[in-house]
Amino acid sequence: MASGRELAGWLAAALLVRWAVSLHSYSGMAVPPRYGDYEAQRHWMEITVNLPPHQWYRNSSANDLSWWGLDYPPLSGYQSWVTGQYVRLREPAAVELVKSRGYETPSSKMLLRQTVLASDAAVFLPAAAAAAAAFSTGGSTTRQRLAVLVALLFNPAAILIDHGHFQYNCIGLGLALGGAAAAAAGREVLASVLFSLSLNHKQMGLYYAPAFFDFLLGRCLQRRTVLGKAGAVLRLGLAVAATFVALWAPWLVGGAGSTLGVLRRIFPTQRGLYEDYVANFWCASSRFVKWARLLSQGRLVQLCGAATLAAAAPAMAAQVVRPTPRGFLLCLANSAMAFFLFSYQVHEKSILLPLLPLSLLLGREQPRLLRWLNAMAVFSMVPLLKKDGLALATAAATAACHAAITLAGWEAEGGARQARQQGSSSGRGGQLPAAAARFALRLSLVVCAALLAASAVAPPPQRLPFLYDALITFWAFLHFFALFIYTNWLQLVEFRRAAPTAKAKKRV
Amino acid sequence: MDAAVAIILACTALKVLLIPTYRSTDFEVHRNWLAITHSLPLERWYQDETSQWTLDYPPLFAWFEWALSQAARWADPAMLQVGNLEYASPATVLFQRLSVMATEGVLLFAAWWATRHRPRGVRLAALFLAAAHPGLLLVDHMHFQYNGMLLGVFVLSLAAAAEERHLLSALLFAALLNLKHIFLYAAPAFFVFLLRRYCRGQHAVLRFLALGCMVAAVFAASLGPFAAAGQLPELLRRLFPFARGLCHAYWAPNVWAIYAAADKLLSVALGRKGGAASMTGGLVGVAEFAVLPQIGSGATALWTLAAMAPCLLRLWRRPEPRAFPAAVLYCTMCGFMLGYHVHEKAILMVTVPLGLLAAAGLMPNGGAAAGDFFFLNTVGTFSLFPLLFEPQEYAIKASAALLLLVTFNLIASAWLPRLPLGPSSRAGKKHTRSGSKGGGGSSAGSQPLVRPLERLYLWGLVPLELAASWVLPQLSLGQRLPFLPLAAVSLYCSAGMLWGWARLAALAW
Repeated sequence: MASGRELAGWLAAALLVRWAVSLHSYSGMAVPPRYGDYEAQRHWMEITVNLPPHQWYRNSSANDLSWWGLDYPPLSGYQSWVTGQYVRLREPAAVELVKSRGYETPSSKMLLRQTVLASDAAVFLPAAAAAAAAFSTGGSTTRQRLAVLVALLFNPAAILIDHGHFQYNCIGLGLALGGAAAAAAGREVLASVLFSLSLNHKQMGLYYAPAFFDFLLGRCLQRRTVLGKAGAVLRLGLAVAATFVALWAPWLVGGAGSTLGVLRRIFPTQRGLYEDYVANFWCASSRFVKWARLLSQGRLVQLCGAATLAAAAPAMAAQVVRPTPRGFLLCLANSAMAFFLFSYQVHEKSILLPLLPLSLLLGREQPRLLRWLNAMAVFSMVPLLKKDGLALATAAATAACHAAITLAGWEAEGGARQARQQGSSSGRGGQLPAAAARFALRLSLVVCAALLAASAVAPPPQRLPFLYDALITFWAFLHFFALFIYTNWLQLVEFRRAAPTAKAKKRV
Repeated sequence: MDAAVAIILACTALKVLLIPTYRSTDFEVHRNWLAITHSLPLERWYQDETSQWTLDYPPLFAWFEWALSQAARWADPAMLQVGNLEYASPATVLFQRLSVMATEGVLLFAAWWATRHRPRGVRLAALFLAAAHPGLLLVDHMHFQYNGMLLGVFVLSLAAAAEERHLLSALLFAALLNLKHIFLYAAPAFFVFLLRRYCRGQHAVLRFLALGCMVAAVFAASLGPFAAAGQLPELLRRLFPFARGLCHAYWAPNVWAIYAAADKLLSVALGRKGGAASMTGGLVGVAEFAVLPQIGSGATALWTLAAMAPCLLRLWRRPEPRAFPAAVLYCTMCGFMLGYHVHEKAILMVTVPLGLLAAAGLMPNGGAAAGDFFFLNTVGTFSLFPLLFEPQEYAIKASAALLLLVTFNLIASAWLPRLPLGPSSRAGKKHTRSGSKGGGGSSAGSQPLVRPLERLYLWGLVPLELAASWVLPQLSLGQRLPFLPLAAVSLYCSAGMLWGWARLAALAW
């Protein structure tokens, strides 16, 4: 029995870790002239609190788009407005138009950090609680539910990016997570609205779009009559459209040109195949195939799109035909991982998207694999986090989350008994053999540790200044790719399991 | 991963994350001591006045700093230069912070060792109480001190005495006195107990001699070199600076805080101008009362001894090992409530051992002791906030500190009542492995930790905190009387401390 007090204790601990990480450095701290993502977010607050919405995405003397111009969808703009008002109230100079560029003070850092903490507490924490409840199957105890919640709350990669590096992923991810919980609980309209909001906070939400679309479509198609099917689809379509219209109203009023202008800002195809060093297919294979030299940019975008779609197709098909909550989770993970591995212009931070549904799934079924995955995800972002001056915070936050998930699992299994049972699977099917898996996971982490140690001790050769970054992301890519194959296999197992119910429905 | 390792890992990771947070002048104090012990000859240790933060801990602690300085050389030798005042390079900060975490291992070991005959769930809880203690997080890992190590030695010496390992206990306690002399408050109880419990039977005289030689040897090893160098008078003047005032800059929540407040009220009522305002001036100075009689250091010593006396007498008549730790903690609490120039941080000397000894089954009633720990610890930790933070940044930092305290309290209050903390059969070897193995299940039932009125009092801290840090500074009344918020916190906490003191007395009786 997890008492309310114990639950509150875990939530407080989750906030505590976030606050403690926020004491550390952020992206571009004291690095003029361009600074980093922190300056981007601060600048958006400066723009949104001082200019009307139709000027947010437009170049002007007051809004130089080449200086961290707003390139996230409208909900991010609105959020910047809200947080910007708070910052203006407490420290007006921090969001003064034009003059505040590169503004850095300890007090304004604290203010901005507070807005991220508040966003996390207000959006992600409730969404995580809802998801832990919505995705728990009939047989799971409250303790297991708690373990899932802890897995969601103590995701080191997400904590480090939001509260260290500085972003508001907790909002976009939280909205998507809430949408997934609503979908699993059968509240499809709410799910559509929440996911639309998520998409409108950060376009990266598109990684989840195939899963949401297919699961909700599959649910609609389960209605008996053709009219019922069509009506259900229409209802959800209207919900999505209404959400989009409400959010885009300031630009829709301005006509098609205005809206297209925003879209061009949000989806810049002029950028490169990938950003910095990413543990995905294009970055890893570019050691051997010079994609950018072989193909034109237009061709490359098409190739990426086709590869992503092909990689996501099996999971998508499974959900349209036999939608189940667990299959939906796997589809979220598989679709997001397909995007991460194969799509165009991927950032290292995008690993957070596949990581979220996997935390939910593995937190309950395979905590060991989750702890390994968390470590690997953080490892894949080490070049970025190191650049941000977050090496110490990275090590500590990863360790804290690792321990938290261990303790929640220990609680879930009733302590001492767990030691004996750890080897046996919980009967879900599709699990890796315990001893071999444990050895393999350890071995892969040993290589990670060796790479990190080498990069700390031996400087890279002058001809290859980014040798370690390349090696780190390549090693992580191998694992993400293997994981992708494994989770697709899990999807297949789940698809087979869902079969009898589907047949039974047809008979009725 | 083992749950015990996970608890230590989680708490240590949190402490590492806290490295860039605020640190007090105590950081520079300890850096200076590293420099003094590393670069100056022994006879200069208690003489050097390059920095205003002169060495004023006993010799064993100086040797401890010397040992640390051997490792500090590898981190950043510049921190070891005496003239390098206020030096705080990243490597220096990292080294000093890590040294606190590493030496706190003594406390973690004490928690694990003292509970070695207890069910696993209790042992893990004890480990949590030690590793996540919010007072230690604030004072050691933010403010900067080495209390974790000192309290570890204290707990070990108490547990050893309760387990009838008298010589070990005497050795540890003598060493502790030579690490930090504030533990003198516990010395009378140790003296009475060891004399009456150990020095008896047909070898009483021999045992007394053995005990005496052991203690004398520790003191000789500690003070000897300084006595040989003719530094003893200097050393003693540093250790016992009676020029300081009765109350610290901010009133520690004890009897004298109430006394000072009463004096202030009376002086206002009688229209007399007094020196009471100087007490809140921020500097350590000798305060003068306007109406009530002055209190000197001799008087506080007498009052303290008088409050200890009934407990000591009882210990003299019935020196039972099970009653001993409670008696020591009661006496330490007497020192806190009535002592001269008491520092708020001194409450850690009571709260940290209380929780651990309750878990170790070395208290007369473990369940009640756990509740008393919870109450006293909340009041004690809360009363630390004004000490730690400057007024202008108080609200934000106190919120963060409050988060530490609330997190700890939520976990502790969900966990402790489920543990079998009731009177165990016997501490020592003839234990029974009763109770549940894991964290769940209970033989103690789910009795609430604290009584309803205590709970009400603790909830009262919330409006108090809001008033002290947000409302009062805005009002004209608060601006006219800047000391009012602190005095309010101090008085409210004093009331709680009085109650906690009474609970400890009941526990010791």
